[in-house]
Amino acid sequence: MTVDEVVVVDYGMGNLLSVQRGLEHCGASVTVSADHKVILEASKVVLPGVGAFIDGMNELNRQGLTETLKEVANKGVPLLGICLGMQMLLEESEEFGNSKGLGLISGNVIAIPMTTISGEPQKIPHIGWNALVIPEEKNSWIGTLLKDIEPGEAGYFVHSYMASPSNLEHHIANCIYGGRTIPAVIGNKNVFGCQFHPEKSGEVGLKILRNFLAL
Amino acid sequence: MANKRLIARLDIKGENLIKGIHLEGLRIIGSPNEFAKRYYMQGADELIYMDCVASLYGRNNLSDILKNATRDIFIPMTVGGGIRSIEDAAHLLRSGADKVAVNTAAIANPSLISEISRRFGSQCMVLSIEAKHHGNDHWEAYTDNGRESTGLDVVEWVKRGVELGAGEILLTSIDKEGTRKGFDVALIKAVTEAITVPVIASGGMGKPEDIIEVVQKSGADAVAMADILHYNRGTICDVRSIAFDSGIELRDYDCG
Repeated sequence: MTVDEVVVVDYGMGNLLSVQRGLEHCGASVTVSADHKVILEASKVVLPGVGAFIDGMNELNRQGLTETLKEVANKGVPLLGICLGMQMLLEESEEFGNSKGLGLISGNVIAIPMTTISGEPQKIPHIGWNALVIPEEKNSWIGTLLKDIEPGEAGYFVHSYMASPSNLEHHIANCIYGGRTIPAVIGNKNVFGCQFHPEKSGEVGLKILRNFLAL
Repeated sequence: MANKRLIARLDIKGENLIKGIHLEGLRIIGSPNEFAKRYYMQGADELIYMDCVASLYGRNNLSDILKNATRDIFIPMTVGGGIRSIEDAAHLLRSGADKVAVNTAAIANPSLISEISRRFGSQCMVLSIEAKHHGNDHWEAYTDNGRESTGLDVVEWVKRGVELGAGEILLTSIDKEGTRKGFDVALIKAVTEAITVPVIASGGMGKPEDIIEVVQKSGADAVAMADILHYNRGTICDVRSIAFDSGIELRDYDCG
């Protein structure tokens, strides 16, 4: 078996050590780097991130990584965005005024509503373990990043904004918060996003990382 | 309603997992990460690592323990003890922690709460409070592992801490801690009713059934367990199944 050369993109935001260790635990050889050449040679690329969308995009732009990541995606190399890294895959975000994302998955990033579907105030950010469910328009996770995961198993979420891919085909898994559906895993060809933290979601998260490495 | 969380709390002195009574008389239990790994496998929703002597020595020594934990533990980790600055917090977050818990330094310098919250997000800033009963539904906040009285009223301090940006409260009852007599339900209720951020109840869990009262009567969002787990009087699986049977909502975790 060949060992995957995974590059975790280091643009200065996020718990990189935990992401690295999660991937290593799943058998990958991991390099943490912001070097364009290293990223373009990777067999898989992971874009982590915690923080504000605009700060994340500013850092990617400042370090010239925006074009690099688009090239990775266009080459067909599997790319996984986690949390903020997932949100930046979309076209734009309304967090702190509209700002442009990588545009690798069509749709935008919007705030989680301050009230539940029945109008009760709800806690923002959405923090904690929440169950993963299959979107209505899909009937199973066979052949997806969630292969071998049972609906109802949980991931660990920490976020105030949510990705909203415009193509329902790109919704792989959801969670329910305050009665509303929040995309939890999204994907378009070789580009994937995970709103919760697979590196902090126990064996469920590790299965997702293994499924990503097996692509 | 968010799922209630079951948290294993590891109090650490030097390289050892320890346990005391009323936060004092510390006994060595073993290697922190051996226990942490066991609790991870039992389905702990989170871990808390607390450096018990850090405030005394002015530094937190947990970064190596945390870095090792990230090799085989994949759940959120909170670290506390001796965090005095943004730099201390950044160092521990880089070592694999997801949140930092601050007590002594936050009381000495409340703006540290705002600084950490602004820099890393409020979800990262846990205000740790050691409370001692001073009669008539009044509790006072202590520092340095229950050694130093501050004169601050716990409920007032919690409200102020949340205004400053604390995203979560770790509330330890010094009176109940290590006694196995159950939680200080009145204390926890007084705090959960004063604020809207999640409260972790800590101190006094003696048997798995103790979770029912603290969640149902005090409104705690999470329960921290130490003694009960370290001395194997109950596993996290036992607690999860008893809580589940009482209608408490928790993460669906298959204990096998």
